[in-house]
Amino acid sequence: MSAIPVIVGYGLREALRRRVFAVVLLLTIVFLVLFWVANHYVHRELGTLQVPSDVPVDARTFASAFLSGLALFATMFLGVVLAVFLTLGAVRGDVERGLLQPLVVRPIGRSTFLIARFLGAFAVTAPYVIAVDLAAVVITGLTMNWWPDQIVTPPLEVAAAVGVVTALSLLGSVFLSSTANGIAIFMLFGAGLVAGLLGTIGHAIGSTAIKHASTVAAYLTPFEGLYQDALRQLTVSTSGLTGFLLQLGPFGGAYVHGWGVRLWALGFFVLVGAAALAGFRRRDL
Amino acid sequence: MRLGVVIRGAVDGRTLFRRPLCVQRLAALERVEARLRLLRDGAFLVTSRHEAECTLGAVPAALAVRGLAKRYGSIEALGGVDLDVKEGELVGLLGPNGAGKSTLVKIACGLVRPSAGDARVWGARAGSGPARRALGYLAELFRFPGWMTADELLLLHQRLSGSAGGERERTELLELVALREARSRRVETMSKGMQQRLGIAQALVGTPRLLLLDEPTSALDPVGRRTVRTLLEELRRRGISVLLNSHLLSEVELVCDRVVILLGGKVVAAGAPADLARARGIELETDHAKRVVEGTRDDVPRIVAEAVAAGEQVYGVRVLTSTLEDVYLEAVGGETS
Repeated sequence: MSAIPVIVGYGLREALRRRVFAVVLLLTIVFLVLFWVANHYVHRELGTLQVPSDVPVDARTFASAFLSGLALFATMFLGVVLAVFLTLGAVRGDVERGLLQPLVVRPIGRSTFLIARFLGAFAVTAPYVIAVDLAAVVITGLTMNWWPDQIVTPPLEVAAAVGVVTALSLLGSVFLSSTANGIAIFMLFGAGLVAGLLGTIGHAIGSTAIKHASTVAAYLTPFEGLYQDALRQLTVSTSGLTGFLLQLGPFGGAYVHGWGVRLWALGFFVLVGAAALAGFRRRDL
Repeated sequence: MRLGVVIRGAVDGRTLFRRPLCVQRLAALERVEARLRLLRDGAFLVTSRHEAECTLGAVPAALAVRGLAKRYGSIEALGGVDLDVKEGELVGLLGPNGAGKSTLVKIACGLVRPSAGDARVWGARAGSGPARRALGYLAELFRFPGWMTADELLLLHQRLSGSAGGERERTELLELVALREARSRRVETMSKGMQQRLGIAQALVGTPRLLLLDEPTSALDPVGRRTVRTLLEELRRRGISVLLNSHLLSEVELVCDRVVILLGGKVVAAGAPADLARARGIELETDHAKRVVEGTRDDVPRIVAEAVAAGEQVYGVRVLTSTLEDVYLEAVGGETS
């Protein structure tokens, strides 16, 4: 286990030297600037918006929560992209390039190597996701004068969701080439998001079948369940017509939420990790 | 004399056993485990992390392979190979492409799991922690991160192997492979030959007692090959065992104590290069002609005497033996893939 910091450091230095962090930092700044511009214009438009007095909707809360949901989605997407690109070739990709063999013949153990690769990626993506989401919350808070009902929980849940995707990417890297693994993980990620939107539609039209299918999909892709729960936390105390309308939108509440999905996500993560470790231990390199 | 002392699971700074030891014992121990220091009271102190498992008087082979088999689906890569690399021995592994050489080396260093049979490194199961601590490996197809310098790469491998050699070890290794001047050069700026030599230096990090080299000279020019040959001779002098997988028969013939020829996953010939070579006759140069007559070295006086008796003037006599290339081609039957 003493090799873990060495491999984590190796992974981080590789990302640093390959200017991965420089690119991510630059694009993140661009994203946050654009997000601030969006907040600024929405705030300006809200000043001229006249909501009929008989419609009990808090337009500022609705618009701000919508923007925060959008930021949460963007943050998760960026975090997933970063996690996948840091891990998609961790095993088979590096074996094909001849990078892995000199490392794993050292007396470090394959499990140690894989755990270190996960920790290396997660040590980057989790703080990144949390920092970017909190920055977005601050931008919306200062511009729109609105703060989410829960500030800390949503970024933590999204960070956990990115951790689940990272584990899936490492599992995929044991069996698939880099390209195939990247495609597989992004398709799975996309499928999870579609299932989430489907659930929202099912919720809006009251379709039990769609809601059921979406619930099953959310449990099969628990990163989506965590994301849905994080969205819900943004407006968990918002009620009335505003809350109802938010529930109907794409960045609204969750039909799958609470400790059930959180614990399942943890169990899923453990299962995926165990499968990755077992697969790597048995794999001929 | 069988001493029967077992060293097992040694850890840094721990006194292993306390018994008066004679000089011969110390010498034997130093040969087996160079990282022990004899204390005044006769105990041994382990001065660096090096988990050895050996019994003095019955030192296991550096690499012992018994009935080793490997199948990749329907393809049989190895079909019951027996092979020993003894302490300080340099063994060349020959064979056409697809003969199973790389598979054998990969099993020995724990990258590939055997389908059947057993491979042991200094008595420890191949792939286990003690086995991997005792070996160095250079893969046939390897790549190092291009952004790393030679020094950084060796430092990384020192950390992973638990080597306490520090900067001194890195400097020595870079000198050994003639890369001292390239210490701060990035791998991506090095030629293939330099990278190959850096690969050998990397394999030597942690002073392994068994070195597994898979085609170490494939990308080297003649000067680079000579550097590696000199290096291998130096390693033999230091008592390091080497299994050298190579297509370059001349290199193998020059440096190896023994050669093992694989074909279709089986050993088809093995022995010292000189033992494998066969007499191919006597070349006799006279005033009449140059001809080859049947016979061995022992027949030379008789053949010369007969020629002189027949009125010929003898200008030269040469005993012809087969080269390793002849032996190899005979063993593999001209097969390639």
